[in-house]
Amino acid sequence: MSEVSMSVNGREVSATVEGRTLLVHFLREHLGLTGTHVGCDTSQCGACVVHVDGKAVKSCSMLAAQAAGSRITTIEGLADGNDLHPVQAAFKEHHGLQCGFCTPGMIMAATDMIERHGPGNLDEATVRAELEGNICRCTGYHNIVKAILAASNTMAKGKGKAKKAA
Amino acid sequence: MGVEGIGARVARKEDKRFITGGGRYVDDMVVPGMKHAAFVRSPHAHAEIKKIDVKAAKKMPGVIDVLVGKELKTDGIGNLICGWMVHSKDGSPMNMGAWSPLAVDRVRYVGDAVAIVVAETKGQARDAAEAVEVTYKEKKAVTDAVSALKKGAPQLHPEAPGNLIYDWEIGEAEATDKAIAAAAHVTTLQIVNNRLVPNAMEPRAALGHYDKAEDHYTCWTTSQNPHVARLVMSAFYNVAPENKLRVIAPDVGGGFGSKIFIYPEEIVCLWASKRTGVPVKWVADRTESFLTDAHGRDHVTEVKLAFDANNKMTAMKVDTIANFGAYMSLFSSSVPTYLYATLLSGQYNIPAIHCNVRAVYTNTAPVDAYRGAGRPEATYVVERVVETAARELGISPAELRRRNFITEFPHQTPVIMNYDAGDYAASLDAAMKAADYAGFETRREQARKAGKLRGIGMSCYIEACGIAPSAAVGSLGAGVGLWESAEVRVNGVGTIEVLTGSHSHGQGHETTFSQLVSDRFGVPLDSVSIVHGDTDKVQMGMGTYGSRSGAVGMSAIVKALDKVEAKAKKIAAHLMEADEGDIVIENGELKVAGTDKTVPWFQMALAAYTAHNLPEGMEPGLKEGAFYDPANFTFPAGCYICEVEVDPETGDTEIVQFVAADDFGNIINPMIVEGQVHGGIAQGVGQALLEGCHYDDNGQLITASYMDYCMPRADDLPSFQVSTSNTPCPSNPLGIKGCGEAGAIGSPPAVINAITDAIGNNDLTMPATAQKVWSILNAAKH
Repeated sequence: MSEVSMSVNGREVSATVEGRTLLVHFLREHLGLTGTHVGCDTSQCGACVVHVDGKAVKSCSMLAAQAAGSRITTIEGLADGNDLHPVQAAFKEHHGLQCGFCTPGMIMAATDMIERHGPGNLDEATVRAELEGNICRCTGYHNIVKAILAASNTMAKGKGKAKKAA
Repeated sequence: MGVEGIGARVARKEDKRFITGGGRYVDDMVVPGMKHAAFVRSPHAHAEIKKIDVKAAKKMPGVIDVLVGKELKTDGIGNLICGWMVHSKDGSPMNMGAWSPLAVDRVRYVGDAVAIVVAETKGQARDAAEAVEVTYKEKKAVTDAVSALKKGAPQLHPEAPGNLIYDWEIGEAEATDKAIAAAAHVTTLQIVNNRLVPNAMEPRAALGHYDKAEDHYTCWTTSQNPHVARLVMSAFYNVAPENKLRVIAPDVGGGFGSKIFIYPEEIVCLWASKRTGVPVKWVADRTESFLTDAHGRDHVTEVKLAFDANNKMTAMKVDTIANFGAYMSLFSSSVPTYLYATLLSGQYNIPAIHCNVRAVYTNTAPVDAYRGAGRPEATYVVERVVETAARELGISPAELRRRNFITEFPHQTPVIMNYDAGDYAASLDAAMKAADYAGFETRREQARKAGKLRGIGMSCYIEACGIAPSAAVGSLGAGVGLWESAEVRVNGVGTIEVLTGSHSHGQGHETTFSQLVSDRFGVPLDSVSIVHGDTDKVQMGMGTYGSRSGAVGMSAIVKALDKVEAKAKKIAAHLMEADEGDIVIENGELKVAGTDKTVPWFQMALAAYTAHNLPEGMEPGLKEGAFYDPANFTFPAGCYICEVEVDPETGDTEIVQFVAADDFGNIINPMIVEGQVHGGIAQGVGQALLEGCHYDDNGQLITASYMDYCMPRADDLPSFQVSTSNTPCPSNPLGIKGCGEAGAIGSPPAVINAITDAIGNNDLTMPATAQKVWSILNAAKH
């Protein structure tokens, strides 16, 4: 058992966990942040993507203990109060989700993607290539790609309040 | 159409919770005192169980109990069954082998459940599951259906000699054979429909809770049809009587058919909860899902299509062997029979059709309905053989199809179905125009200059949705009726709750069903709530599969709305001292036509509940229910065109254009319908290009993770060009046909027709991987 402390969605948390506890299980089971999902056991599906110190990370691919001292943002911490992040708003507007299971990971990966390339700098081929690590079975990706491009352009125009990644 | 009514492109109400992390799936559920389960599963495809030693496992840290099949039998839990009786052509009933939720003396596929461990944590349950010592005596296994039928093949069930479940036929054999003998041309094709794993992104899960004080069970489960789950667990598996069993399917992360069926795990978790006295939760990991979710497709078929001298189709003969896996899953028997062979006429006028189907046990995971269920297999047979025939006859594929289209309705096919409405030429024209079919040869030439092989392929599919009427499916062997229920509750302040037996696991019912109500009464979408997925809230329902929620589920809502409207008008007429025949409902008000008299909707609702001033003899309240049993199947149809470029150096196929022109009848929310088509096409393209489930000769699943089974990623797919035309369905009040499965049904033959066109070789099986295509191209060189 080991003691871990980190900042999650701006809140300092600490808990005693088994050494083998993955970050995703720490978030879901110890903190009750069930928006982060587990869709596979080989780090392929991306349903568990969160931001660790501002970068998109599959939270099934690191131990909770490895995240000690880090700043974590999960899907629950992305919106600014009642104001949706532009990527969240675009997923809704463009029907970029159906069952919703892959959606939190998709949105967290997309926000990171837009920030890395710079808002407004994405094209369809880049978005599709960047989504290699996120699997969706419902949408055929068509509307996810559309939503991410739309969000990228919205953010470039400075519309909507993009909350700085933690 | 209002801004939120029928036909409006309304953003989904349910999205808020999914995009903010507020979705509630089974794995998110926590019940006080809840413990965790892991299943001990067979590592062998076929073996006798000699001994199960649980002593060491029971002593492991955190372990509460380890339970095995004998204890389950002692407690009277029943075997799993297939709920659709199919008879062989000799009149004998299908040969169903016994399927115990926990295997007692024999295992028949890798993943067969043998024991359940309940422990304080998930990790402890898994550790202890590894410590359960099972002594097996291995037997020879057989994994492909053709081999399983051969003499001397390993035998799975004593009830099914020769591994044959049924030998079934439909249509006129003699007339078909005669027409083939007399034909001017016969095209023959061998077809393999590759085995697939459904792969809903949310793995299956179950949480069973037995309340001893109340003698009552609750089951949270990843189900597309919680009411059917309750019915089957009560009536056949002896888990609990219906009144003492509540089944809840909360947010469910995709289904695609795989979550229709009742699986061993939910039964065992409920039973284990009673045995251990604690709530028991089990969540599959992805490998477990690959091993134990019901798989799809897996047909081997020979088809003959006969033509007269004018290239008119005269007969089709089909012989199919269907792999059912180790046990008969809940609806397995219906898939290669009534959902497959009945669609073999496609969009064509074919005077004689005969189809023979043999269903076979093998040492693989059970096979059942997967998006389309039988209809993709039928479409693949029809559209591959038609395209092949066009090439053999030297006629354009579009022209051959057009010449044989059914153009008059209703049309009775030789295989049960009576098509009620359609305009197949309209879809074909729309698709050809969108794809610039006429300009293809120029594009092919440009590609050739760039060193690429360009090909084009089409597929004109038909499907049958809204499987019904109940009496008809009952006569075909279905164990259940396929109607739907609805209840509309108008509250005292005028807000409305709709209780439906349909279940949404991605389809957006909370939005489309609300649009229906908003359209009828002119109330805001936000004042309408859709309640589903809980047997304690909704009395009964048949769930969501077979693209039935629009055509059947919404029709039930319409019936209930009719009753609510009639009563609301009576109340309003009474309040305004008018004739109820003069009342119209517009924009949230009840008006006396031609006057300025109005009563707001909420005031009428309040009057229904205060009951101070109601028409004489009227009961207070405003709540109406309805059951809707369709008069016929619905028949969505369309035309898909796929254009590909193959790189001859690598064999890699790129889809450069994909066009879908569908006729779904009337549409409630075009945005949601388009989303369904996109997703369906992606699954169909996945089957055609990427996905293939493989067992080795020993029955080990060698595609049991996302590292081995190729799921379509974003960069495997193009953006799709979709459009719809509309011949309203005449058999339901909304004129809806259904759209959930079309994409997966229509797309595989379009893709394969395109690739075979590009490479000039028709001998290509799905998935058309780069290696396969490259090998064909290079074999041709030498």
